[in-house]
Amino acid sequence: MGGEFETRWGKIVFYTLIILFVLMTVSPLLWMAKLALVSQTELDAYPPRILPQSLELTSFETIFGDNRFRSGLINSVIIAGVTTVICLSVGSIAAYALARLKFGLRGPVLSTILAVAFFPAVAIIAPLFLQFSNWGIVNTYQAMIIPDVLFALPLTVYLLVAYFRELPLDIEEAAKVDGAGPMQTFFRVTLPLSIPGVVTTGLLCFIFAATEFLFANTFAFDPSTQPVTVIIPQFATEYRTNYGAQAAASMVVTVPLTILVLAFQRRIVSGLTAGAVK
Amino acid sequence: MAESATGPGTGTRPSGGFVLAALRTVRNEVTDKERRLAYILVTPAVVIILAIALVPLLYAIWLSFQETIINQSSSFVGLQNYVEMLQDSDFHSALINTTVFTVLSVSLELVAGMAIALALSRAFKGRGIARATALAPWALPPAIAAVMWRLMFQDEVGGGIVAYLIKSSGIYTHPILGSDTALVMAAVLVDAWKTTPFMALLLLAGLQVIPQDVYEASKVDGATSWQQFWRITLPLVRPAMLVALLFRTLDAWRVYDLLWVMGNRQLNSLSVYVYNGVKISQLDFSLGNAAAVFVFLSSIAIAVVFIKVLGTRAVD
Repeated sequence: MGGEFETRWGKIVFYTLIILFVLMTVSPLLWMAKLALVSQTELDAYPPRILPQSLELTSFETIFGDNRFRSGLINSVIIAGVTTVICLSVGSIAAYALARLKFGLRGPVLSTILAVAFFPAVAIIAPLFLQFSNWGIVNTYQAMIIPDVLFALPLTVYLLVAYFRELPLDIEEAAKVDGAGPMQTFFRVTLPLSIPGVVTTGLLCFIFAATEFLFANTFAFDPSTQPVTVIIPQFATEYRTNYGAQAAASMVVTVPLTILVLAFQRRIVSGLTAGAVK
Repeated sequence: MAESATGPGTGTRPSGGFVLAALRTVRNEVTDKERRLAYILVTPAVVIILAIALVPLLYAIWLSFQETIINQSSSFVGLQNYVEMLQDSDFHSALINTTVFTVLSVSLELVAGMAIALALSRAFKGRGIARATALAPWALPPAIAAVMWRLMFQDEVGGGIVAYLIKSSGIYTHPILGSDTALVMAAVLVDAWKTTPFMALLLLAGLQVIPQDVYEASKVDGATSWQQFWRITLPLVRPAMLVALLFRTLDAWRVYDLLWVMGNRQLNSLSVYVYNGVKISQLDFSLGNAAAVFVFLSSIAIAVVFIKVLGTRAVD
């Protein structure tokens, strides 16, 4: 509904709404940054004061001095990284077949893969728990990577199918006329042309796996394999009144994710909304 | 989909039946090869889904009719697990909390998301910044968002800014973290904070495909903005809206981390109930698994209602 504002009041209401929206979105993050950076005295003082009165890095020293936090960060990167690599390898070839090749079960295969996006993760934790116990892989990275791959794969396929379909067909046709088979066309033409799409998809896969909680909390028992998303909520008990440490730990996870998402926001939005408006 | 099989004869006009037949053979050969390749390419993905989703799901359904204790043999008990589950007061609170959370958070996100999407669909100064900030909370892990907001809901300490604001406004004067009802409401707010902007972006994408001339034509006919919204915007954005709505509802229905962390492990939801049975108490494993099957079946029921009643298509 573009165009000019009909009245001055319309304009005022409009900008108030926008400013309110931005403030409400951002202020909790700013408040966490404040809590992470002020002294314990200020954290305990009541009523709260909006502007920081002190500035120190004690909270960050506390959490980075905590072994579990450091290993949690590493575990998160390993779990999310391996999940991303598997999803991109398996997902990109499947997406290429679904986007460009003709085969009878194309529709059913696509539906099956996408249906998983609507599948409640909690439905399979009991059988997986039994199975992983039998295999002796509870409390290992695999126990989290296996279900993470399942749920990141539909997202990967969905995004890449949309991306491959947008590529101009004539380049691939030209490769074919020059005698390239479908696999050659995929690896030499389609994939190199899709690098931006693949990178965005990989990023979303990574974010998905790094933010996963249910499987991590169910299948990892101790800090040796627990990702940081499981470690930080435990801090509420460990650092009961050390609110600064809890806030600092949250910031360490939040800031890089936010920066990544903001850097790629245009691509992420167009990727994720591609299917919604078809 | 364009024709992908192009034999060497492309471009020449086949003059007789023989040429046509020859062309068809080349074509079929290419298509056969292509089809075989396609099946090879999708096999790993399909195997992953069948092995990690379908097989465990069927196993879970089978298990739900068994009395299971981990590392021991199980015995068939019919519907007993479901009967026990339905009589369990923890399951009742889980069902109530999940229902309240789902209905409130999804409605709030839809209404607020629509308002924001309508605002963002206008051209204005700072639109890029407003849109970019929308994605910031979305990328946060829900468990971390819950930790952050728990700090802000703390009663009578410097970090508890939201508790302070709510208390001084007189809306709710008791400690928020001390009551289950207040905690569920708080979780609704946190979920709305985290997801509304994303909902807005999905709706915005739907709004942007509505052609401008429809609005201009209606303006010529004297339609007010209000009429435009109800008669043009809403019907045309409906498909995008329903997909987003279905997705969000199913997502809220399986809520786990937000309630678990916000309630410091004490707040029940359907998924928390499953988790408690499966991981924490080995004696309740069968009940937890039965609840897991319940979550699956109720999710299907929700999807069917959305698709049938509201006329959306879930997939594709």
